[in-house]
Amino acid sequence: MSINTDNLAGQDVNLKSVFSDYVSKIKAGDIGALPAFLGLISLGIVFTFSSQFFLTPRNMANLLTQAAPVIVIAMGLVFVLLLGEIDLSAGFASGVCGATLVLLISSHHWPWYAALFISIVVGVGLGWIMGTLVARLRIPSFVVTLSAFLAFQGVLLLMAGEGGTILLQDRFIIATENNNLTPVVSWLFTIIGLVIYIGMGLNRILHLRRNNLKSELFKIWVIKNSILAFLGIGATFVLNAQRGNPPNSSIKGIPIVVPILLAILIIGTFVLNRTVFGRQLYAVGGNAEAARRAGINVRRVRTLAFMICSGLAAIAGMLFASISNSISPTTGGGTTLLYAVGAAVIGGTSLFGGKGKLRDAILGGLVVAIINNGMGLLGFSSGTQYLVTGGVLLISASVDALSRKGANIPN
Amino acid sequence: MSEPILSLRGINKSFGPVHVLKNVNFDAYAGKVTALVGDNGAGKSTLIKCIAGIYTAESGEIFFEGQKVEIHGPRDSTGLGIEIVYQDLALCDNLDIVQNMFLGREERKGVVLNETHMESLAAKTLDGLSVRTVKSIRQTVSSLSGGQRQTVAIARAVLWNSKIVILDEPTAALGVAQTEQVLKLVRRLADNGLAVILISHNLNDVFAVADYIAPLYLGTMAVQVETKNVKANQVVELITTGKSEGVVGVNA
Repeated sequence: MSINTDNLAGQDVNLKSVFSDYVSKIKAGDIGALPAFLGLISLGIVFTFSSQFFLTPRNMANLLTQAAPVIVIAMGLVFVLLLGEIDLSAGFASGVCGATLVLLISSHHWPWYAALFISIVVGVGLGWIMGTLVARLRIPSFVVTLSAFLAFQGVLLLMAGEGGTILLQDRFIIATENNNLTPVVSWLFTIIGLVIYIGMGLNRILHLRRNNLKSELFKIWVIKNSILAFLGIGATFVLNAQRGNPPNSSIKGIPIVVPILLAILIIGTFVLNRTVFGRQLYAVGGNAEAARRAGINVRRVRTLAFMICSGLAAIAGMLFASISNSISPTTGGGTTLLYAVGAAVIGGTSLFGGKGKLRDAILGGLVVAIINNGMGLLGFSSGTQYLVTGGVLLISASVDALSRKGANIPN
Repeated sequence: MSEPILSLRGINKSFGPVHVLKNVNFDAYAGKVTALVGDNGAGKSTLIKCIAGIYTAESGEIFFEGQKVEIHGPRDSTGLGIEIVYQDLALCDNLDIVQNMFLGREERKGVVLNETHMESLAAKTLDGLSVRTVKSIRQTVSSLSGGQRQTVAIARAVLWNSKIVILDEPTAALGVAQTEQVLKLVRRLADNGLAVILISHNLNDVFAVADYIAPLYLGTMAVQVETKNVKANQVVELITTGKSEGVVGVNA
């Protein structure tokens, strides 16, 4: 490795150097999102060819709406996983926050935005309690959040009343998981979204070039963006197709939850990549002692991560309430948390901390959802689905551990 | 001879009944490498921590650029332009070189990190140190060799227009070629006008780069000498017995 730093500012990147950079990145333990992305595409192809129902507009829309709450929880978990911590309570935190939301609306007749605000405050507050215990007392997050997992389950049971269900009657909240953008708005959403994304990427490359800094190879950028545009436009086509039974019912357009997911993704990615807090989060996850010596308030970073995680769980709680028009004592229980952790890890977020991106949660969440959806369509039993999902998670965790071993990073 | 940039006079420090530093005098000069040598437990680390503000000396005076200064905390020493590169380097493996160099002191434009500015500044600093061994300053530290990591840690220390850089055993974990590289870098720091304080166990390294040698013996400064006036066996004597025949100190 002795190439002149003169190249640092140079533009002599080519496909070969991009490939060798990627190889050295993998060797350094950073495997990125490529395996999850390829897995997603190949699963999609396999199920498309083995089931005629898979790539239908109705199934695609269901897949997205059903995966959404788990993806939101997984995005919150990324913040905590980046620190090398875990939050086992996020599933039931979403249940408790969802119950708060629904109770305020149904029993106390609050407007939905006020109830939503309070439920998010409750989520952030729960995160603050757990985060403080982890950050100040240094109780392992596994224990703190396991206790919270049990306690929140109890709180939810008390809120719902034994065996009870709290019904939600608010058309705004119900719309989040059940309504769609109109086809015209869907197209506008996709086109404007793509134009902004591509425009910002182009602007970034030009900015780097102007300042004589190394930027991504233009060819690779074009390929990535073409794939993205292709997928975006393709998905809009599929989702804009009629999936109801006209003339009785007409259902078409992008589910409203998609823009919600994208908004969380964009804001969260901005926080992680472009702000000092994001940088500090990665630093604490990579080497807490180094971060402390660099003057970073490690306790504050840890506490904030748990607050963000539970805050996002509150939004997932809203989506759960919207899907079933109610909250029950099992909302956010069962496999919710396990799938969310699985989603983040399958997407490429490291359980050891320091590595991961928000988009991992979306990629991984879609992989988990597609496995369940596709295998369900093919008539496999739930038992087999769990086995396969467990296997995929184990493979992802092994890849993470092995790439770490390859990079010789001590635990 | 020019005035020392950092001058310690009569420093005392005890931990309970243990008197670790006894009336220690120590000078460091701009543009020169001063090696702080001594056996285990001689008080090297304690002395460094007094300069860094991690410990406060019980008595004694510290002069910086001729002015008497008080160092009560790490902030005070950083404010004077004193940077320390610890033996474990304190780098985040998962962050890239630029991110590590600016860790805890990120440049911002509003709420957004100013990556372009940080990257240019980091590249300029590395260029200034003639570091030519890293492929890209956007590669993560986990992909770097031991010597390259040391380089990044040193570059981080000089990024802040620091005047004094203290290096704690920078070559302890390195192979022959990498040691050579780091020593060259140490020399270059001094040639760029910084005062370098080098803690080392390795007399070969010390004789290769140091202008002055300050041997500590059981908490006392034996005598600070000019490297060109002493031989290795005399330094060994100073380290192990605290005195040596015919050695003339610079501030005796």
